[in-house]
Amino acid sequence: MSEIKSIGIPTPEEIKQAQIDFAPRCTSAGRVNDKETQGMVEHILNFARKHSLFVVAYGTGCGAIEIPATMTSRYDAERFGIRGAATPRQADVMLITGYLSTKTLKRVIRVYEQMQDPKYVIAFGSCAINGGMYFDSYNTINALDRYLPVDVYISGCMPRPESVIKGFVKLQELIKNGNAGNGEAYRSDLDWYRKNQQKVIKNWDFPDNYNW
Amino acid sequence: MEGIFIKILGAFLTAILAFVVGMLYGGLRRKVIARAQNRVGPPIHQNFLDLMKLQAKRTNIAHGFMGHMAPVWIIIAAMTVLMFIPILHGNLWFENLTMKGDLIFLLYMMVFGSLGMALGAGQSGNPNSAMGVSRGLAQLVGFEIPFFLALIALMIQFNTTSIAVLMDHQEATGRWIIVDNPFAFIAALLASLGMFRYAPFDIVGAPAELASGPRSEFGGKYLGTMMTGGAVFAFIKLVMYVDLFLGGAGNNNLEGLAGTALGLVELLVKTFLLYMIPVFIGLVTPRFRTEQAIQFFWKWPTFFGILAIVWALYKNGTIG
Repeated sequence: MSEIKSIGIPTPEEIKQAQIDFAPRCTSAGRVNDKETQGMVEHILNFARKHSLFVVAYGTGCGAIEIPATMTSRYDAERFGIRGAATPRQADVMLITGYLSTKTLKRVIRVYEQMQDPKYVIAFGSCAINGGMYFDSYNTINALDRYLPVDVYISGCMPRPESVIKGFVKLQELIKNGNAGNGEAYRSDLDWYRKNQQKVIKNWDFPDNYNW
Repeated sequence: MEGIFIKILGAFLTAILAFVVGMLYGGLRRKVIARAQNRVGPPIHQNFLDLMKLQAKRTNIAHGFMGHMAPVWIIIAAMTVLMFIPILHGNLWFENLTMKGDLIFLLYMMVFGSLGMALGAGQSGNPNSAMGVSRGLAQLVGFEIPFFLALIALMIQFNTTSIAVLMDHQEATGRWIIVDNPFAFIAALLASLGMFRYAPFDIVGAPAELASGPRSEFGGKYLGTMMTGGAVFAFIKLVMYVDLFLGGAGNNNLEGLAGTALGLVELLVKTFLLYMIPVFIGLVTPRFRTEQAIQFFWKWPTFFGILAIVWALYKNGTIG
């Protein structure tokens, strides 16, 4: 048995661990509003959720400058029911607009955890997808969905307001079909996320069990 | 027995009317602001969708008992005040408790919602909430002085504290109180700018400054309940102003349903026109600081309030 292990065949435990480690987190299972189980009520509520998106725009990188353009007269995101929320408690959607330094990631995680279910995350630009031009930086993270569940990625460097609105429309489609909102999955897979988060956040001082 | 059924049904009808009209006016306000900024804007029913979404949130966090009770308190205060406001003059369906309460009681009850909000916001422990509450109470001290002066002027001039009697008087003489005592209306109108808390008096919520102030820690169904309470309160204020100064609604000779419908249309027209005043002022003004807001209320509105009292005493025959 020990020889087999030494030539590299993984044990069942290791396979299980690898499956947990490398599972694509964006499409994680365990949502309550699968299309099969959602009734008429959920359908109507999804209609309301889809048309009323309160946004907490976490202006991390250069993408923050696209938010005013999206919200104001020229592109007018309010006609889709998209509206700025003042605090994470009132918000539905969090926008990660650009690169995330590890210092900011800590705050972003706290903001995400204070939002109330169902909550969605939209990540802007190449930096949030794969690190972008900061891919080899010592203090930015490369792939956001290792640390938080992301619903929609908007590509571009930076995405223009048209792309941002396209991303919101995509999110609305996902909400309509009951495929958006990974708050439950985040809580159930918290260990995996915490492990990844603690890998990059050096001065980890989160309380172990606090009120969401 | 039938009387009781009509009363209960009428109370439900009043509550639904206040809720729907208040929410629609909120949506209209957003639409008006959007059109003024050359945007398309959200649909008029946007506030209903927002409310549905907020009530459909799966997790709702409350920071202690008072944080849980504050939105309920606001709704209770709104509904209590609503029951004492005559919606249509002399209408069987909207009679509710209009004959039982008077202006002094209403003034007392209308602060209850703010009190619940203050207690709930205090328990959340958020510094923005505490600042919002202190600003709100300061502003309350500001605008209540001209508002009270205006109402006291009415009480002196017509020798009554009952809204129903004031409405009877307006119907009997055919003159609105805005004509009988214009200074009281000006003082009350300026005070209403503070009551609605739109710009330049949005120092309590203060978007982008205080992070929505007292409600910063309220999300989900709590925020939705607060929104409902706010919509009902907006309707209450508008109807009260229409009742007191603009002759009320429903003073027509038609019988039955046609009369009620005509009265409601009249009420909607009057309240809408009145509502657009704070909305349009809010559109074109930036925000006051707290002390500027209080100073504003203690200058011209208070002056007009005192003038209204002098006018009332003169008309009453006490002086002059």
